[in-house]
Amino acid sequence: MHASGLFLLASLLIAGCSIVPPRGTGDLGVVIERDAGRVQVVDTTARASLGRVSGLGDLSHASVVFARDGRYAYVFGRDGGLTKVDLLLRRIDRRVMQAGNSIGGAISQDGRFVAAQNYAPGGIKVFDAVTLAPVADIPAAYGDGRLSKVVGLADAPGNRFVFSLFDAGEIWVADLADPARPAITKFPAGKQPYDGLITPDGRYYIAGLFGEDGLALLDLWHPEQGVRRILDGYGHGEQKLPLYKMPHLRGWAVAGTRAYLPAIGRHELLVVDTQSWQETARIPVAGQPVFAIVRPDGRQVWVSFAFPDNQHVQVIDTESGRLVRTLEPGRAVLHLEFTPRGETAWVSSRDDGKVTVYNTARLEKLAELPAAAPSGIFFTHRAGRTGF
Amino acid sequence: MSIETAIKAKSRVWGQAPALLFGLGALVSCAAGWAEEAMSPERRMELIRLVRNDCGSCHGGRLKGGLGPALSPGSLRDKTPEGLRETILHGRAGGAMPPWSDFLTAEEADWIVEQLMKGFPSAR
Repeated sequence: MHASGLFLLASLLIAGCSIVPPRGTGDLGVVIERDAGRVQVVDTTARASLGRVSGLGDLSHASVVFARDGRYAYVFGRDGGLTKVDLLLRRIDRRVMQAGNSIGGAISQDGRFVAAQNYAPGGIKVFDAVTLAPVADIPAAYGDGRLSKVVGLADAPGNRFVFSLFDAGEIWVADLADPARPAITKFPAGKQPYDGLITPDGRYYIAGLFGEDGLALLDLWHPEQGVRRILDGYGHGEQKLPLYKMPHLRGWAVAGTRAYLPAIGRHELLVVDTQSWQETARIPVAGQPVFAIVRPDGRQVWVSFAFPDNQHVQVIDTESGRLVRTLEPGRAVLHLEFTPRGETAWVSSRDDGKVTVYNTARLEKLAELPAAAPSGIFFTHRAGRTGF
Repeated sequence: MSIETAIKAKSRVWGQAPALLFGLGALVSCAAGWAEEAMSPERRMELIRLVRNDCGSCHGGRLKGGLGPALSPGSLRDKTPEGLRETILHGRAGGAMPPWSDFLTAEEADWIVEQLMKGFPSAR
């Protein structure tokens, strides 16, 4: 066969492979298979896996944001890999190695920029969301020039990124109005911020503090007022229980005028009024909470736990503040995600190698999907939400 | 063979107190090797997973560091095995490192330290 014939055949094959029936992505998502460096693309209507995309590197603490059209997932790997995955063609669109040790990322309000937050070198790096070409590098330099680990990166209205410096104890706001020259504003936050969240309306940024009993609150409508301490001294000087995994904070903790926040070193959720930022209640739970995620309608909060209580998920009724049910979805529950309107919750069990789908009204198991050491579960409706 | 029966066996062979002390010293110095012999392959695999997954929550799944420091042989070079065992079993006061003594025996902690210092095995 002539070279031109081969070329024609190859073109036909490639074209043939890339024909997919047109469909939306609103009911798609990804499940991280952490040890395999791979994601499964899942369909939340069919409750089925559509396929896998491999070659994403170290996904031992992977997180995902979505392009605003819901077609691409940006997967942030632990090893500094940033991979843009095409959910429809189920293949890698672009991939860059952007740092040595990375912990997650965010996408800007207008969808043009993807930012990665890094432990080493400490700082954030901003990339063009289409090409993954570098746009801005913001080292988290403090004191005599050392670099701090960065945590709690969130997008804020006005194409800003807000993040916390674990070692420096600061919150920084980076304004990307001029993307090549980000304008940085710095605020003292408190000792060892370990993660952060932005409220769903994009107004308040809250950093959880590991080194102190309390959280740091920044009103992005009034940054001139600086950072305010909330829930100060919630442990009242009591001995902290040992903490086998740091909690994770995101805007999913907010329902109406209440936020549900994990207490550090305590087997409790703190309930906070989001008008006054005062504690209104505490809910005892089965262990150290890692994720406290509100069902999209705000009626339930689902809680997962740190080792050695991570075989449980507890469902709490937000109206009464009472425990409704303790579920046992499998060993080592690492994450859970609600479908966009909250009729189902998907829960990953790393050590039983499965994702369990629950009906959230009756708390019954609807389906199980096999997955290799699954961790994070991310659905595309995050694309339209501030802070995701 | 348990350590106790080993001591008895040694004391029968040597029969004298100074020799017994010598024997004890030898036993202590090879305790890590003993732990490895005594540990079942299943338990060893559990420990590898525990370190990769649960220690990995803070130290990184590849143990290259996270909010907690890296646990690679290079980064542990200036640490003593005894100090590392103490940190694993009892945690660090005032720091984030929790105590693992409810979940690990001293022998298992020693085995973990030994593996960390020579490059920790993979679960697969």
